[in-house]
Amino acid sequence: MASQKELLEKGFGLIEWPYPVNYGSENEISTDVLVLGGGLSGCLAAISVAKKGLKTIIVEKGCTARSGAAGAGIDHWHDATTNPCSKVSPEEYTQAVIGSLNGYCCGIGRYISCRESYDTLLELEEMGVKIRDSEDEFKGSSFRDEETKFIFAYDYENRYCITIWGTTLKEALYKECKRLGIDIFDRVTVTSLLTEGGVQGTRVVGATGLNMRTGEFFVFKAKASILCTGGESRLWFFSSEHKALFSSEKPPHAVGEGYAAAWRAGAEFSLFEKSAPLNTGGLSGIDIVGYFGGYWEAEWRPCTMVDATGKEIPWVDRDGNVLSNFSQRSRPAPGQKFFLPNLFVLPSNLPASSREALRKYREPQLIRGLRKRMASGEFVAPLYADLPSMPQDERRSIFGLHVAQEGRTWIGYRMLTQAGFDPDKHMLQFYPVDIMPRWRTFFFDSGGLVPNWDLRTSLEGLYAAGETLLTGTAGAAHACTTGRYAGRKAAEYALGAEEPKIDRKQVEREKTRVYAPVNRMSGMDWKELNIGICQIMQVYCGDIRNEESLKVGLKWLEELNGKEAETLFARNPHELARALESLNLITVAEMVMHASLARKSSSALLGFQRSDYPEIDPPQWHKWITTKLDGGKVKIGERPIDYWGPLKENYEAHCGL
Amino acid sequence: MSKKKVYAFPNLITPNKPIEFDEDICQGCNTCVETCQMDVFMPNPEKGKPPIVMYPDECWYCGCCVKECPLRDKGAIKMNWPLMQKMRWKDKATGEHFRFGMRNPPPPNPKPPVGGWDIKVKKGRSNI
Repeated sequence: MASQKELLEKGFGLIEWPYPVNYGSENEISTDVLVLGGGLSGCLAAISVAKKGLKTIIVEKGCTARSGAAGAGIDHWHDATTNPCSKVSPEEYTQAVIGSLNGYCCGIGRYISCRESYDTLLELEEMGVKIRDSEDEFKGSSFRDEETKFIFAYDYENRYCITIWGTTLKEALYKECKRLGIDIFDRVTVTSLLTEGGVQGTRVVGATGLNMRTGEFFVFKAKASILCTGGESRLWFFSSEHKALFSSEKPPHAVGEGYAAAWRAGAEFSLFEKSAPLNTGGLSGIDIVGYFGGYWEAEWRPCTMVDATGKEIPWVDRDGNVLSNFSQRSRPAPGQKFFLPNLFVLPSNLPASSREALRKYREPQLIRGLRKRMASGEFVAPLYADLPSMPQDERRSIFGLHVAQEGRTWIGYRMLTQAGFDPDKHMLQFYPVDIMPRWRTFFFDSGGLVPNWDLRTSLEGLYAAGETLLTGTAGAAHACTTGRYAGRKAAEYALGAEEPKIDRKQVEREKTRVYAPVNRMSGMDWKELNIGICQIMQVYCGDIRNEESLKVGLKWLEELNGKEAETLFARNPHELARALESLNLITVAEMVMHASLARKSSSALLGFQRSDYPEIDPPQWHKWITTKLDGGKVKIGERPIDYWGPLKENYEAHCGL
Repeated sequence: MSKKKVYAFPNLITPNKPIEFDEDICQGCNTCVETCQMDVFMPNPEKGKPPIVMYPDECWYCGCCVKECPLRDKGAIKMNWPLMQKMRWKDKATGEHFRFGMRNPPPPNPKPPVGGWDIKVKKGRSNI
């Protein structure tokens, strides 16, 4: 008996829940700095606090040793502009990314990452993460530095992105947390943030949690809290049959509960109106995710692609000129200082004003208009990643290093090779993503909590790191580095902060909310509710939005909240945690709709089309629109597009180093 | 045909076999139970038996359970991609088509990734 199927087929009947269940029993835990979420940013934040000599704990829904978007691994370490081989300065790189994203990239997190990500990487190396080709497997390769033995990805000349053996990341971080005596509460999901006097918008004094194996309740009291819970998934699309779970780049139990908790506490957010079609940049809602199949970008860069007849698909430079020489794919174009990885670069459907910014840092890519060219018969589907034609070192680096080290693809390497796949001979099929405008995702550089230069949110006592930050979806280096920085700043604050006071009534209200589903044995199950929320997002908050559709969408979410959500049932602590996820998805959906109502203009970069305000990116809307709850009402605000001011000066005044 | 009792069942959740255990090899140590961030498994009520894959529909296919299994290379645990995710490839020279999990598959490719299957976490700056 090892599967649910066998349980059913062999008629084993019901089995007793394997863990002791204690619904409602309460554990109160006090600490200096509370870290919510045990992924990369959470671990680094806690380590940073512990090194300052303060008490800290990690609360993690999964298992800290392997949890988070990079739990299984990661290959690229971006933003390493201060490594000895980099030819780009942190200022130059940050401004390039901000410019390429038409301003919609929070300079604070990104600049911190560019200043400190290399130092963070060296700290990780001390903890045991492998970051160098010390075995000299790639000796003499154009992407390797002979002195440091670093392997570089993307721009081989400017060398700002380091390839690491990231399957070791979480293991090393977990060991370091243990060594420093950090208490870790695994299998505990955060249900709410506690505020002073239980009032929205006041100082954050802790959080509540639920153990998803035992059903026990936790009250965490802390002088400062750092939100490291990551981003959204399952908001526009959810189907276990289609394995959107498998295809999502985030762990599917990350539904934005940190967002929801901070929203209810009254913290200020921005950019929740931004999204992209689900099938963007190699991600895929219902099919094989790009980097998992044969591909040409990211892990697969700079792989040659061929069509079904074996015809090569040309690579082009930023101006569309065909590159005849293989090495040009990893070099800037003549006259180009450096190029950026495409995940930091604008989409192509932009107004003329943005095109120059796009051109400035555009990377060598496959020939444009591939869809049209395939429709006209110039290339024949399906396409393949032509590994056998690649130089030996590139082939080995793509498949044996990048693919093998990226999240969830170590297992891919193993399973494919065991199934006989041989990169020396075989060409892995590419699954080009189609346009499915109703299914969307936050994708990269998406909305989040608005930070100041301390990575503090608008609420006293609440800090944020990683993807939880405004436009914080920028990979492992950014997550680790902002976690490390937020840990320092939260510790600094906690040292001088008053003892927090928990409002008992707020705790009682939360307990009533959390345990409601276990008092029902039938009604709505969490999956059906989840899919119902997705359907509302698709219909009322999809590719094209307007005032009317968003208001109707909000009305239907409210209806779900008042009706089906009131019948949500959970038969054990695991189902209870999933039920709470579905409730949080309603909150996150509302946040997206409110943000979408607040921006009364369309924007190409934000993937945001308002049919009632069709003008694309009018200059008067080139700013951050912020939303928050205040006294239960949505308050809309705005900040200048470069609200962080001079990067270098402000960083140096705040970094605490 | 021998008479076999027939039962009614609710539809299975799909896909339902992300992970398969070999009962003869797995010792029921439950390392995979603790390694899974989605909490897909639960310990078998019978000690020493493979864990139960209770929530197969929640699997993220991250592979950490396989990676951390102490009896992995003896075949105690295996990941199984859903049918719609079984990848395909083609031999450049012969044009022959393959897919994961096909009948008459090509022989396994024994080459490990760069640095080996299990990169060791080694404290301190590596020797450069």
